[in-house]
Amino acid sequence: MDILLSTRNQKIFALLIATLLLAAGMVCSIAFGVTNISWQTILSALNHFDGSQEQLIIKTARIPRALIAAIVGASLAVAGALMQGLTRNPLASPSILGINSGAAFFIVVGSAYFSAGSLSTFAGLAFLGAACTAILVYILGSIGTDGLTPIKITLAGAALTSFFSSLSLGILLTGGQTFDQVLYWFVGSVSGRDLGIFNAAFPYMTLALMGAVVLARHMNVLALGEDIASGLGQKTIYIKLAVGLVIILLAGGSVSMAGPIAFIGIIIPHVARFLVGTDYRWVIPYCAILGADLLLAADIGSRYIAFPKEVPVGIMTAILGVPFFVYIARKGGRR
Amino acid sequence: MNHWYSFRGRKYSFQISRRTLWVITLLAIVNVIVAILCVGLGSQYIRPDNVVRSMLGIGDSVDSMIIFSLRMPRILIAILVGAALAVSGAILQGVVRNPLTSPDMIGITGGASLGTVVFIIYFSEVSIRYMPLSSIAGAFGAALLIYILAYRGGVTPLRLVLIGIGMATALTAVTYMLILTASFTPTAVAVKAFTFMTGSIYGVSWDRDVTTLLPWILVLLPVALFYARHLNVQELGDDIAESVGSSVMRKRTILLMMSVALAGAAVSIGGAINFIGLMAPHIARKLVGPAFGGVIPVSALIGSLILLLSDLVARTTFLPLDIPAGVFTAAIGAPFFIYLLYQSRKAA
Repeated sequence: MDILLSTRNQKIFALLIATLLLAAGMVCSIAFGVTNISWQTILSALNHFDGSQEQLIIKTARIPRALIAAIVGASLAVAGALMQGLTRNPLASPSILGINSGAAFFIVVGSAYFSAGSLSTFAGLAFLGAACTAILVYILGSIGTDGLTPIKITLAGAALTSFFSSLSLGILLTGGQTFDQVLYWFVGSVSGRDLGIFNAAFPYMTLALMGAVVLARHMNVLALGEDIASGLGQKTIYIKLAVGLVIILLAGGSVSMAGPIAFIGIIIPHVARFLVGTDYRWVIPYCAILGADLLLAADIGSRYIAFPKEVPVGIMTAILGVPFFVYIARKGGRR
Repeated sequence: MNHWYSFRGRKYSFQISRRTLWVITLLAIVNVIVAILCVGLGSQYIRPDNVVRSMLGIGDSVDSMIIFSLRMPRILIAILVGAALAVSGAILQGVVRNPLTSPDMIGITGGASLGTVVFIIYFSEVSIRYMPLSSIAGAFGAALLIYILAYRGGVTPLRLVLIGIGMATALTAVTYMLILTASFTPTAVAVKAFTFMTGSIYGVSWDRDVTTLLPWILVLLPVALFYARHLNVQELGDDIAESVGSSVMRKRTILLMMSVALAGAAVSIGGAINFIGLMAPHIARKLVGPAFGGVIPVSALIGSLILLLSDLVARTTFLPLDIPAGVFTAAIGAPFFIYLLYQSRKAA
């Protein structure tokens, strides 16, 4: 396979550039928006907070938003890379395989029937939902003598997505409580969140991201095929369980912060592999940085597409993601 | 061994087994009984015999009023929409040769929803009669796009399904965007649009909905039945189908178009009701075997039955709330899908 960056120095250099982009994206995300705020004010909001309207916007809206977009983008992309490796399905990602909508469903049920309101409960529910759905999809996809085929697991994911979103919508429609707010969350959005929800899930997601880096070496072995991996002495079952846990923490945390955001988990791993090849020790960090870049960019774009109204960023990524998805599906469906 | 009846015309012939005829008759009777029960149930209970009396024109006038102006349209719509979705699914499964697909899963329903929502938002002053046209246009647009994107010296079922799933997600996203950014969106309109996207046959009326949908179904269903024999050939696989003299790609295109038109028409009135297109054909095949001459009519009847019952549950169990019927088709559909996957374990 042709890869763009072949030497170690090139890879490090490009990763540095991507990280700089990430920093620039954070700054832009904080600076640009419906309310025009001068750089001076932004700086003073951080240094000497005086409680003015503009500083308040920076502190309570823009900064949480930028942080959430970055961590959610990174998490979804890494989760996608791990899922594609684990299921050997180039289209696997938390959104296509139903994990996102499963986590969302658990949150909807929790808030509608068990009056779950606190942010940490939301995070817990999202993790639980992600876990249940992941296990269900994995089992469903691997039923049958031919094992885990791409088409079976994709269909199982699609079926569960439509199941969970139908039920969630039904509950939302009959619940009637703050429909607008939940609706935006349901489509996938990073706006209007405060730091509380970020703080609730951030530790788990950071832990999971570090776990992904640690597991990268083992993913490389697993990628040789299960037989070879166990022949080389790898306890494949433990590695798979660990990878599964990381995926669940990443996807569940993302949903609890931003709702179900589609396609980041598909696009970015492919871009990363195009850049640096299949070595997970490079793919994982690239996915994390590029995923954060993309979601930040999409979120900034979503503020201007129907100005001054905001489009939920989940819609932006879905529209951006289709061409990639089609490209990959065409490549994958060749045989 | 089944006994087969043959029907021959000048250019066409088809066979139907005695068993299939029995199943069709029985299902039709069950449908009528369930429909009568459904008409009677609701916030105001009407006894079945009174329902029949009203239908014959000799009933109580209050009952007749409730039945004819409120409940009958809804029941008829359930029957028509259910049948259309089921047949659309049956054709699609035959063409794609994957028993786990359905119009809602591969984006056709999504396209129809988009078409309808565009109509609701941008053409609200145009007569509602043109709404099916808008949905069918949406469904065709989506199907065409999926087909073109999956085309690569021919269309393989696998590519069609994979690309369809991606498109379904994207179309839903675009639909959400239209709803959320529409300049007027008061919450009520958003709720209406979302109810529609979940699939609901709430508040339908005679002149607007029934008479709008009926012609489409009356034309498309018989054509589907007529064309069913080509599906039998398609099922054999491209190579065999071609060698027995079928022009595979052309037939596939026509069949797909019928599936799309049926789904589009159904969605325009019933909204995005999921899983009926998946379930009904399977139940039909269990009952009458895989030949499409039998599968199509039986699917239609089963589709009607599922939607009648789902809608009944949706509108009576949570009174006074009226829940979208699509929630219940999804609630039974997903476990059914799991069961199908479990079954395919043996087939493989």
